[in-house]
Amino acid sequence: METLVGIVAAATALIGAIAAVTHRNAVVGVLFLVLNLVSLAVFYVLLSAPFIAALQVILYAGAIMVLFLFIIMLLDLRREEERESGLLQKVLSVIGGGVFFLLLWGAATGGAAPAAAELPEHFGSVESIAVALFTTYLIPFETISVLLLVAMVGAVLLTRKGGR
Amino acid sequence: MSLVWMLTLSTALFTVGVLGVLLRRNAIVILMAVEIMLNAANLALIAFSRHLGSADGQILAFFVMTVAAAEAAVGLAIVLAIFRLRKSVNVDSLNRMKW
Repeated sequence: METLVGIVAAATALIGAIAAVTHRNAVVGVLFLVLNLVSLAVFYVLLSAPFIAALQVILYAGAIMVLFLFIIMLLDLRREEERESGLLQKVLSVIGGGVFFLLLWGAATGGAAPAAAELPEHFGSVESIAVALFTTYLIPFETISVLLLVAMVGAVLLTRKGGR
Repeated sequence: MSLVWMLTLSTALFTVGVLGVLLRRNAIVILMAVEIMLNAANLALIAFSRHLGSADGQILAFFVMTVAAAEAAVGLAIVLAIFRLRKSVNVDSLNRMKW
């Protein structure tokens, strides 16, 4: 059962990603990206990370993708014909991408992985994540909140009309 | 679902993202491809976290998500500002700083 769900989720994740970057219409691309993100959330549940899976759906598939859709609709890209990249660039990109995949895959799977460890109790639950987040990782957590504030101020500043 | 399969899927997704950045000329689609790459990295982190029985990978994935949110907000704001200025989001037309 788990394997079957995993295979289906892997297939939809790949299809979603490929369709998201190849589809001509960016709105359809964003919707395919949502498909990709939701199937990754299924993976996170399978990998006993339910909290991250919930975050993935709420934060990624919800908030960030709505932001993308909002900008695409705001910009009215219909009028703009996308100029294709040249044939040489396409061929080189695909060759480079293939080599990159083989290198990364070889590096990731070539070495001997340590044996799978026993999972502690409540692994990946909200409680265990929260305890780690507010004790061991307190300073990174606070830093990342400052980063979010800076990003928010920066986004407001960048999109303000009338410059300066 | 073994670790090797997870890493293979993660690598494949990352490659799709890289190809998206290389092949597409629409700045918004390029940002979407960057999101795909960040998600591929997240998948690898969580697969390792499950394999090693340590929650550190999940915390790191949480931080990656936060950084991705900040990146999307600032990136899309820049795209919006460029569109107002140039009436285009094609990255090939943004060559003013190119030597």
